[in-house]
Amino acid sequence: MEKTTSKKSVIDIQNLQISFGNLHVLEDVSLQLHEQENLVILGKSGTGKSVLIKCIARLLKSDKGTINVLGEEVNSLKAEELNNIRKKLGFLFQSGALYDSMTVKENLEFPLRRLKKDLSQKEVDAKVIEALANVGLEDVLNKMPSELSGGMRKRISLARTIIVDPEIMLYDEPTTGLDPVTAEEISELINDIQKKYKTASIIITHDMECVRTVADRIIMLKEGNVYKEGSLEEFENSTDAYITSFFKTKKIS
Amino acid sequence: MKKIIPIQNFKKYAVDKTIKVSEKSIENTSKFSVFLVGTANVFLFLVRVVKNTFSKGFEFKEFLKHCFQIGNKSFALISITGTIIGLVLTIQSRPVLIKFGAVNMLPSMVAISLIREMGPVITALICAGKIGSSMGAELGSMRVTEQIDALEVSSANPIKYLIVPRVLAATLMIPLLSIFAVSMGILGGWIGANLKGDLNFVLYISQAFGKVEFMDFIPAVIKTFFFGSVIGLVGCYKGFNAGRGTESVGIAANTAVVTASFLVILVDLIAVQITDLFL
Repeated sequence: MEKTTSKKSVIDIQNLQISFGNLHVLEDVSLQLHEQENLVILGKSGTGKSVLIKCIARLLKSDKGTINVLGEEVNSLKAEELNNIRKKLGFLFQSGALYDSMTVKENLEFPLRRLKKDLSQKEVDAKVIEALANVGLEDVLNKMPSELSGGMRKRISLARTIIVDPEIMLYDEPTTGLDPVTAEEISELINDIQKKYKTASIIITHDMECVRTVADRIIMLKEGNVYKEGSLEEFENSTDAYITSFFKTKKIS
Repeated sequence: MKKIIPIQNFKKYAVDKTIKVSEKSIENTSKFSVFLVGTANVFLFLVRVVKNTFSKGFEFKEFLKHCFQIGNKSFALISITGTIIGLVLTIQSRPVLIKFGAVNMLPSMVAISLIREMGPVITALICAGKIGSSMGAELGSMRVTEQIDALEVSSANPIKYLIVPRVLAATLMIPLLSIFAVSMGILGGWIGANLKGDLNFVLYISQAFGKVEFMDFIPAVIKTFFFGSVIGLVGCYKGFNAGRGTESVGIAANTAVVTASFLVILVDLIAVQITDLFL
C-alpha cells in the first residue's frame, strides 16, 4: 500500500556534483525529500548514494550545486549554524559507528550532552531508557559495543540517532550484514520511528525487502545521475532492464 | 661502432623516446605535487590543532584519560628500560675508563650521558613505538568504522575531542617519563658499579651529580616536550587521515611509528645544535 506524502520539502538538492580526483561520483543530482516521507535511494555500489547523504550532513563538501536542509543552505553554514542543523539530523551509519571505548549508556548520552546541553542528569537518564525501549534493548545499558551482536549494534546505533529527536533521518544501508529476520525488524523500526517521531527519512539500501517495507517514494541513481523517480508500484511494474535487474530476482540453478 | 637507425624508423624512434620522456616527467611532476599537497595537509592539520588547543571548550576529562593511558601504562616499560640502559652503560664504559685511569668518573659520566641524551631519546623512541602506534591504530580504526563521522554529526569537534587531548597528554607525559627513565638509569648505573666493586649509594649519587650542572638539565627537559608533541601529532595525523579500508589501520600505525621515530632523532639533532650554539 502506498503511503501519502506531504508536498512541503525538508531537503532540496539541486544540481549536486562531487568528484574525488578524476572520479566523478555525482554528476548532476537534484532531488527533494518531503515532510514525513520515506525516500529510498537505490543504485549499484559506487553510484554515490552514501556520498550523497554525507553531503547532506556536510561530512563531505560538494563541488557544485545546492543542498537546502530545513531552509538552510548547508554548504555556506558556519560551524555554529551547521551544529544547529545537525541537531535536527539523525545519521545511521552503515557500520553502526558506536564508540568502541564507551558503554552503551555513554554512547547514548554522548549526543545528548553535546546537542541538548540544558538537560539534567535525570532527564538524560530518562531519554536513554526511552530510546533503548524504542529499539527493544533495555537490558544492555552497561555493556560495551564489542559484547553486542551485529543486529544489537545496529539497534543501539538507531537508538543513539533518535535520542536527540531528529526531524530528518538519514539511513546508510541499515540492514546490510544482518540476517533476514533482524533486517525485517530494523525495517519495521524505521517505519515505527517515522510514525512516532514524524520524521522524514532518506534510506539507502540494496535490500529489496527493506525497500518494499519502508518506501514511500524511490529514486534510482545511475552513473552519478538520477535515473528514475517514482513510487514502489511504478518501479515494480517497470519494464526497464536496469530497474528490473533490482526488482526481479532470478533463481540461479 | 654506433648503431645506425634507418631513416624510415627514425620518426617512430623519436616519437617513442619523446613519449617516454614526457610520461616520466608527468609522473615526476605528479609525485612532486602529491608531496606538496601532503606537506600542506600536515601544516593545515597543525594549524587546526593549535587553533583548537587555545579555543574554548577544552576536553579536560579526555586529557586526564590520555595522561593516564600514556603515563601510567608506560611506567613499567620505562622503568625496566631505564634501569637496563644505566646498567649496560656502566658495564660497557667501565673497562674503557679503567684504561684511562678515570674509573672514578664513571658515575658522573653515566649520569651526564643519561640526563643529556640517553634518557630523553630512549624514552621518546619507546613512546614513539608504544604511543604513536596506538594513536595511529585507534584513530585509524575510528576513521574506518565511521566513528569520527559520527562524532561530527553529534556536533563534537573531532580535532578538539580526539586530537588536542592526545597531543597535550603526550607533550606533558613524555618529559615526566623521561625524568623517571633517567632516575631509573642512574639507579641501574649504581647496580652496574656494584657488580664489579663496592660503591656506597650515597657516595655514588654524590659522585654522579658532582659534575652535573643545572644547564645539563634544562635543554634536555625542553627537548622532551618537543619529542612528546611530535609523537602525539604524528600518531594523531596518521590515524586521523587514514584511508577507508581496514588495511589503512595497519598502514597508519606503522607509518606513525616510523615517522615519529625519525622525527624524534631529527628534533634531537636540531636541539643539540641549538644547545651547542648557546652553551
